[in-house]
Amino acid sequence: MSALELRGLNKAFGGLRVTAEVSLTVEPGERRLIIGPNGAGKTTLFNLIAGELRPDAGSVRLFGDDITRVPSRRRAHLGLARTYQIITLFPHDTLLRNVTLSLLGLSRLRWNPLLRLDRQTALIEAARQTLARVGLDHLAERPLGEMAYGERRRVEIAMALAQSPKVLLLDEPFAGLSSEERRDIQQLLTTIPASVAIVMIEHDMDIALDFAERITVLHFGRVEVEGTRAEVVAHPRTKEIYLGE
Amino acid sequence: MKRAALVLTLAALAALPLWVGNEYYVNIAAQILLYAIFALGLNVLVGYAGLVSLGHAGLFGIAAYAGAFMITSGANHLVAIIVALAVTLATAAAFAVLALRGTGLGFVMITVALGQIVWGVAYRWISITNGDNGISVGTRPAPFGLSLTSAAGFYWATLIVFLIALACIEVLAASPFGASLRGARDQPRRMTALGYNIWLIRFLAFLFSGLWSGVAGLLFLYYNQFISPQAVALSASAEALLMVIAGGTGTLLGPVAGAALVVIMKNVASAYIERWNFVLGAIFVAIVIFMPEGLVPGSARLARWCLARLRPRGAPAAAPRPEAGP
Amino acid sequence: MNLWVLLAGNSIAFGGLLFLLSAGFALIFGLMRIPNLTHGSLFMMGAYFGVTLISWGLSFWPAAILAALGVAAFGGLVERLLLRRLPGAELAQVLVTLGLSFMIADACLLGWGGDPLSISAPPALRGATRIAGFGFPLYRIGVIVVAVLCAAGLWALLDRTRLGAMIRAGVDDPDIARVVGIRVSLLFTIVFSLGAGLAGFAGVIGGPILSVYPGLDQDMLPLALVVVILGGSGSLIGSFVGSFVVGFLYNFGQAMFPELAYVVLFLPMLVVLVLRPQGLFGRAAP
Repeated sequence: MSALELRGLNKAFGGLRVTAEVSLTVEPGERRLIIGPNGAGKTTLFNLIAGELRPDAGSVRLFGDDITRVPSRRRAHLGLARTYQIITLFPHDTLLRNVTLSLLGLSRLRWNPLLRLDRQTALIEAARQTLARVGLDHLAERPLGEMAYGERRRVEIAMALAQSPKVLLLDEPFAGLSSEERRDIQQLLTTIPASVAIVMIEHDMDIALDFAERITVLHFGRVEVEGTRAEVVAHPRTKEIYLGE
Repeated sequence: MKRAALVLTLAALAALPLWVGNEYYVNIAAQILLYAIFALGLNVLVGYAGLVSLGHAGLFGIAAYAGAFMITSGANHLVAIIVALAVTLATAAAFAVLALRGTGLGFVMITVALGQIVWGVAYRWISITNGDNGISVGTRPAPFGLSLTSAAGFYWATLIVFLIALACIEVLAASPFGASLRGARDQPRRMTALGYNIWLIRFLAFLFSGLWSGVAGLLFLYYNQFISPQAVALSASAEALLMVIAGGTGTLLGPVAGAALVVIMKNVASAYIERWNFVLGAIFVAIVIFMPEGLVPGSARLARWCLARLRPRGAPAAAPRPEAGP
Repeated sequence: MNLWVLLAGNSIAFGGLLFLLSAGFALIFGLMRIPNLTHGSLFMMGAYFGVTLISWGLSFWPAAILAALGVAAFGGLVERLLLRRLPGAELAQVLVTLGLSFMIADACLLGWGGDPLSISAPPALRGATRIAGFGFPLYRIGVIVVAVLCAAGLWALLDRTRLGAMIRAGVDDPDIARVVGIRVSLLFTIVFSLGAGLAGFAGVIGGPILSVYPGLDQDMLPLALVVVILGGSGSLIGSFVGSFVVGFLYNFGQAMFPELAYVVLFLPMLVVLVLRPQGLFGRAAP
């Protein structure tokens, strides 16, 4: 059974077709890269998978279950996590609180109006450990607003990892980072358990090609090329798309 | 240190009728406390949930009117209070379902419409509400046999309710649900992706907020032993919002300070300043433009700035930075 | 039967007055995206200005126009000095208009006292006339005529002039309008002044019918709100039709269901807000 299966996804805004007949299958533990020029509809695809957008046609399946009609907030509980291109974290809260919120989202505790959040030691410890995984536990008590951009990117990933996802969507995780920061994130990605399927959108070719087992190339919302790294790199259509037709 | 300050303040509050000789001022203090409850409740929605309501006087008023009906129909006070709060909760639920169809300004406008409907019924359905003439309530409750007819007695009862309200809200703010609520205010999209049910969080916050507005409404009814449509008008909702914004939405005690400001302006200052409404409006405008975080944090910021200015040369002075709007 | 005809006539007249009140509100809401909670106070301010100007010897129409100009100037000042300081913060701007309404109401109380004042109809429009066998006050017919003239004038302004085109562009998409070179912030000042002036003008026109009293602002603001919500923000046709709909709802509601008079008004507003946030006519809110 595949981890993530998209069948014939279509989405149009008014007259603009942003996603056209996209079909895609990602196996458990696979490292999939989605590339394409700007405007190819990559982030829209993520929004469709995550449930923020409803497709006009087609289906999304998670481990065999059709989640096309499942509301976005439930998909987190089904093992789906994502990061965002533009950082949308909580700047006034500490790093620890940010990650704690992520963990809380999947816990029944989030409805509790009586206990004190600060005293939930198990939850907070788990958050601290997640921060340690991304190498930021020494900054746990600092407000997010004080963090450098590279550190915030790592918190983004920590937030997603905290959800113990089975399918992880990474939207341009390397954007805006220095080469050293990129190596840090690359290293971090290798520590993610092999059972987690990772789908990444990225522009930086070197890093991305290192990471990917299979690559899907999108253009004007349509899947143009798909295959292993070697196949896609060699494919003439790939060159056409990137160098203009 | 903080503990000591807390105990001292509590002691001072408890002993207030003793050290404030004049009954007039004890009544003012009771009013401040009951409006503080209203403001604290509204702040759960405005400050913690980030949803501005200009219709909360509707919930305040429904509790008071429901209580008045029950009492004038012969029910005893305990039954009247329970029924009134139940009615308020049900109304708050209805309000919430409708208002949450909108966001931002849409939410505000729907609350205005809802508040106006309640006011319209109070004002015009004379056979039930007696219209402008209002409904009088002959007696105040006597919990455990203690009389609340004196100013001091009523003040102490209000103080106890206020402390309970404050404690409840403090607990809520520090709880996981409180964190969910603030998260839903700051990044609703992210929170949804993390698995939170934003609509339900906001709905529950609305109910909680409405409940305390109802409690304040009942206290208002017993304080005046009278309720009229004036308490449900748009201006009443506006004043409540003013209390919240003036005091500061980000702090626990901000709304209390705001309530104190408005009540004192209305009652005490109006004896010295003829046009208190004008001053109130001016303060509102000034706060929104210059101190959007509210009087309590804004004054603290101003004080820090002044203190920094007073430091000897060489020490860096932090200039006051205007922060983002509410 | 007579009663219904009379009610209908009054509804139309009241609708005309409401249009004068709401057109400005709709323009401000459409362009600046804020419900101007000062609008009722501006109406009242205009009415009070009218009272004073007439007491100084001016005749009705010059007083109405001068009052309108006064309120327009005041509106312009408000926009430049206060609202301009909160660019893009719509909620904050709404709160400022709320605070201002308190201030204006109290200032009027200070200036003109608590007793209701009246404005007499212009001599040419006093008395009644017979239409289809029913007696009908001349002045109310005058109000309808003025409302239609204003509607035509506003339509011409919006549809035929450069200013109007800029306003329409700003209503449709302020960001693109800026990019194209339209000075949107200047437009804001102009539109706010225009809206305020219209409200002030409406206040004087309404004087002979409603008289002028403290609390007039709180009576009129909700009506403007209902008209614009029903008619759609930024839509002139919407305000026009909405005004008459509300005029009818208000008058017939008061007559037929006196106990639910306000419910009859606000319930449709609520329904529209909940089902179609952009009103019955206007474009979808951003």
